[in-house]
Amino acid sequence: MSSIAETIIEADPKLPIIRTTRDFRATPEQLFRAHTDPALFAQWIGPHSLDTRIEHWDARTGGSWRFISARDGVEFGFHGCFHEVRPDRIVQTFTFEGDRDGVALETLWFEDVGDGRTRLHAQSLVDSFEGRDAWLSSGMETGVNEGYAKLDGMLADGAI
Amino acid sequence: MAADTLSRIFSALADPTRRDMVARLAEADATVNQLAEPYRMTLQAVYKHLRVLEYAGLVSRPRGPQPRSVHLETEVFDLMDKWIERYRRQAEERYRRLDAVLAAMSDNDEKDGSAP
Repeated sequence: MSSIAETIIEADPKLPIIRTTRDFRATPEQLFRAHTDPALFAQWIGPHSLDTRIEHWDARTGGSWRFISARDGVEFGFHGCFHEVRPDRIVQTFTFEGDRDGVALETLWFEDVGDGRTRLHAQSLVDSFEGRDAWLSSGMETGVNEGYAKLDGMLADGAI
Repeated sequence: MAADTLSRIFSALADPTRRDMVARLAEADATVNQLAEPYRMTLQAVYKHLRVLEYAGLVSRPRGPQPRSVHLETEVFDLMDKWIERYRRQAEERYRRLDAVLAAMSDNDEKDGSAP
């Protein structure tokens, strides 16, 4: 079984956009479901998937969502709207409730690249370069260390 | 400290003229007069932009009486790369969790007989 290339991130120098691509050993339909089925989504969005609580979820064009990530009793809320939901494309807004004036426009699309693989394209348009800066830096404390711990655990119990 | 540095870099690069200056300095060092040439602005305005770039640590300009070249500090771009790499690693970890979820979905789909 050939390996999957790691995530590619590109920060556009002229627009406050972050572009991400990653291939998955899955069909576009499965990838779509992993992004729209709340029970599946909560399992991987993390960094503390066990503590991710979906408060509201209506993955349809014109619908909305809200989830809460809790860590050591501290809760972080996130919410947004589903602007467009199609089997090959999801457009949604994303707000971290610690900064309610900040909103990112996220566009995801699923490209069948053959051989049982699907390429996820994710583009996040932030409303300013400062916003992107804050976003790039915000994940540091919450994400990196716990992410590794989580990954180690999954590797240890054979989930990966 | 690092966050402040990155903020200064991003806000310095948010301006199209300054981005253009950086792009031209990436090719070669240039004097202030050479840098100012293509722009319809006063030399004073060009100096103002240069001060913002200097403050962000993106360029350096040796002090002295003679015309000296403005130099692009490439180490600053290394710092940006580090931040982006951190963000990338986080995304990669998230997507490895998604790999596991997708693998479990495939197993279930096969059991249900709904896989293609």
